Order: sequence, then C-alpha cells, then structure tokens
Amino acid sequence: MKKKTRSFFNWILLAGSTIIVCLFLGIILFDIFSKGLSSITWNFISALPSDGMTKGGIFPAIIGTILLTFITTLFAVPFGVACAVYLNEYARPSVLTNIIRASIRNLAGIPSIIYGLFGLALFVQAFKLGTSVLSAGLTLGLLSLPYIITTTEEALKRIPNSMREATLALGATQFETIKDVVLPKALPGILTGVILTLSRAAGETAPILFTGVAFYINGLSTSINQEFMALPYHLYMLSTQHQSIEQVRPLAYGTASVLILLVFMFNIIAFYIRFKHRSQD
Amino acid sequence: MSIKKREKTDWVLKQLFKATGLVTIGLLGGIFIMLIYNSIAFFANISPIDFFTGAQWDPGSAKGNYSILPLLASTGLVALGSMLIAVPLGIFTAAFLSEFAPSKLQAVLKPIIEMLAAIPSVAIGFLGIVLVGPGIAKIFGIQNGLNALNGSILLAVMALPTIVTISEDAINAVPKSYREASLALGANKWETLFKVTLPAALPGLIAAVMLGLGRALGETMTVLMATGNASAIPRGFLDSVRTITATIAIEMGEVPYRTTHYFALFAIAAVLFLITLSINLLGEFFANRLRKFHA
Repeated sequence: MKKKTRSFFNWILLAGSTIIVCLFLGIILFDIFSKGLSSITWNFISALPSDGMTKGGIFPAIIGTILLTFITTLFAVPFGVACAVYLNEYARPSVLTNIIRASIRNLAGIPSIIYGLFGLALFVQAFKLGTSVLSAGLTLGLLSLPYIITTTEEALKRIPNSMREATLALGATQFETIKDVVLPKALPGILTGVILTLSRAAGETAPILFTGVAFYINGLSTSINQEFMALPYHLYMLSTQHQSIEQVRPLAYGTASVLILLVFMFNIIAFYIRFKHRSQD
Repeated sequence: MSIKKREKTDWVLKQLFKATGLVTIGLLGGIFIMLIYNSIAFFANISPIDFFTGAQWDPGSAKGNYSILPLLASTGLVALGSMLIAVPLGIFTAAFLSEFAPSKLQAVLKPIIEMLAAIPSVAIGFLGIVLVGPGIAKIFGIQNGLNALNGSILLAVMALPTIVTISEDAINAVPKSYREASLALGANKWETLFKVTLPAALPGLIAAVMLGLGRALGETMTVLMATGNASAIPRGFLDSVRTITATIAIEMGEVPYRTTHYFALFAIAAVLFLITLSINLLGEFFANRLRKFHA
C-alpha cells in the first residue's frame, strides 16, 4: 500500500510538471488572444496610428518588422550558409575549425542586449549608418548568424557522403558538388532552420532599441536609412511608456496578438517544410 | 569551361567560405574588444573598488554613483528565483516525456514546448504587467506586483523550453542497458528513474540548467517590463529590482555619447558578458562529460 502511494505521488510529480508547462502556454495564448483578437480589424492592420497612438492601426509597425526581417535575411543567410558549408564541406577538423565552432557556440550565448550595444558601436557609430532600419537589421543579422550556421550544418550533415563521392567521381569540382548536389538536397533542412531563426529575430526587441527603432514616425517610411517602427517595440511602448496606458490596453493586446500570430505563422511554415520533406524520404 | 578555370573557381570560393568562418571569430573578438575598450575608458574615471563595492547605482547624482552591486544582486536574485521554478518543472517534464509519455502524447507535447520557445520575450513581459503583476499584488496584499518574483516567474517560462529539450536529450542518451539492468535487479520504474537514469544523465541535466540560466541572466525585455526597475539592493522577492540588462536598456537611449555614464553601461555589459560566458563554458564542459561518459 505504501509503495502504491509513493508511486502515485511520483506519477503526480511528473505528469503534474508536464501539465503545468503546458498550462503556461495555454494561459499565455488564452489571455492574449481572448482580449486581443477582437481588436484585430482590417483598420487595425492597415491604418496609420492616430490621436497620439490612442486610435488607428499598426500598419507602419508591421511594415517595419517585415522590412527589418528582410534586411536580416539578406545579410545573415548567405553569410551563415557559407560558413556552415566551409565547416561541413571544406574544412578538415583542425585547431582553426575548433576555434570557429567554439566562437559560434559562445556567440549564441551572448545576451541580445550586448548585440544591441555592439550594433550601436559598429553600425550606428563606426560605419556611420545612423539609427536606421539598416543598422538594426544588420545587428539582428549578427545575432541570427550562430543559429543559422548551426542549423545549416545539421542539414548538411544529413546528406549522405555517397552522394558527394558520386558527383566527385564524375569529375565535378568540390564547389560544383556543393552547388548542384549538396545544397539543393539540403535545402528543406536549411530553410526550416532559417525560418525558425528569423521568427526569433522578428520578435526581438533589445538589439533594436538603440540601433534604429522609434515609437512614432511620421507617415510610412520604407527607406533603409531612416528610423522605423516595429511590432515588439510598439508593444513595449504601449504597455509601459504611454501616457494613458489603460486607454491603449486593447491596442496593446491587439499588437501582442498580431506579433504572436506572425511568429506562429513562421513556425507553421517551417514545420510544414520539415513535415513534407520527411514524408518524401 | 576549362578544367583549370573550374578549379580556379573552386579555390576562390573555398577561400571565400573560409573567410566567413574567420569572421565569426572576428565577431566574438570584436564584441569582446568593444566591451573591454569602453570599460577601460570607464575605469579611467571611476575606481574599480567603488564599482564593485559601492552600494548605489545613481549616475544622475552630482557625484555620480556607479556601483554594480545592486544591479548584480537584482540580476542574481531574479535568475535564482527563475531556476528554483524552472529546474524541477523542466527536469520532471523531460523525464515524463522521455520515459513515460506514449509516442502519440509526445507528438503533441513537443510542439507545445517549441511554441512556448517561440513566444517573443516582449509578449511574456506584457503578461507580467497585465496578468502576473496584478495576481502577485492580490495574493501578497501589496500595491504593486512588479517585482523580482514576477520576473522570476516569467524568466522560468522562458528558460523552460531550453531546460526541457536539453534534459530530454540527456535522459535519452542514457543507454537502455542501464534501465534494463536496474529493472532486472528488481527495482521498480520509479527507483530506476530516480536512482539510475537521472543520476546517469546528471552531467547533461547540469548542462541544461546552465544553458537555461544563461538565457535567464541575459534576458532583457521581460525583466525590464515586469520587475519595477528600482535600483537598490533587493531584500527579497517582493522587492522591485533592476537587472544589468534592464539598466542598459533604460539608460543607453538617453545617455550622451562618450561620457562616464555611457562608458559605465559598457562596463556593466562587460561584467554580464563574462558571467554568461563562464556559465555557457561550464555548461559545455558538463555536456562534453556526458558525451565522453557514454562513448
């Protein structure tokens, strides 16, 4: 009997912990969506903010986040993929590759706010790009690099060596092998990693704080040299810095809902690619 | 294209790919040098003794008090609280997932953990303001729920996916023969879990906790929004606190370029960098031990 009680207690401990973890997600999504989804109207998504941010929509913040993520992609993806190709295809294990791998692991552990400081010192000040969507996008690109390199390398590792050897035996150079055989075959895996990384980057706030984000810009800016609005920063400002916080709370809930839906959309696309690719194998 | 030309292309691109590898080293070095360079400029004006032993962070005052202690105490307190919540929850969840959950349940639970990891930190901070804060205020009968406890709860939620995922890998890596040997000796499944499987996975579990802790220490937006940001040495979890990350986020936007205050923010960032770097290296050390142990 005693043994049974203890077994029951253990069962509660493990299953209960799991239920609590699931509840966390449930509570987050329920609270934000139950109060936020009703704020999402066509006007909310497509209009400029008005009356000191108490009315209107978040269109410039959506555009800003999309533009920002686009710049991050253009910078970080070619760079990250190239580095992963070097590590997995060209380099033999050596002191140098060990140092590169150690750097990548440590870069992934650096707090995002320190990337913000680095972006400020490097892009805004040293390169004189000013506080702009370009500086912020490049900063987020640096932050994303280690994740893109790691996930790309994992995708490359899954390509069997026999495929490379067959191509090389037919007389192709190593670059031709990579370009025509390895990368196309690894593409779904690379894409999954890239999209998940970008969904993280799109939700980041700390690295863009000093590198170009603004609470309000006049009209709609699409120039890469100018400051921009972004969804996460908009949510932060609406919920902490606005003069009439209670009045704009529905807008804050709406912004949070849009941000989470955007991030989940990225994730669903990534899962879909992964799922489709797996079922093909 | 002639063979020679093709081989030349191959060589040029190989060097280009190699260069990107070197840039990653340069990036880590660059971040380190930037922090050290600006910290040196700071310590030219303020003595390290005042920085590490003073009791106040008050750059606005006439004398300018730059002590990292209250910020360090705040950062430590919030992170400690988050680990007290997240470590047991995370490890038990990982144990449930890998040892007891049927594969159909696993297929549901894993995406839930991944979704939790995908939620932006600013959204979790927002919930700290609108949900967790008022909840804490009600339960403890205090006016304002923006305090260390609030930050700890939110950071626990953010660290959980990391801890669960890595712990699960660690538990899965324990060879099946260990469990079979234990069960064959007459131990039940609980004794096997707590006395054989989890101890064998311990280095991996420590690595999981270290990486979760690193994430909690470096998180900015949630603590900035949910902990109240009073810069005094906290006396308990119900005090408002202000972490290193939140201080940088609040003050960097307003501070004039290349003043003592500006350099001070790089100095506290350098301290944070060294702390998270050591914790990550420690985590890596334990992860490697697990690998060697099973090799």
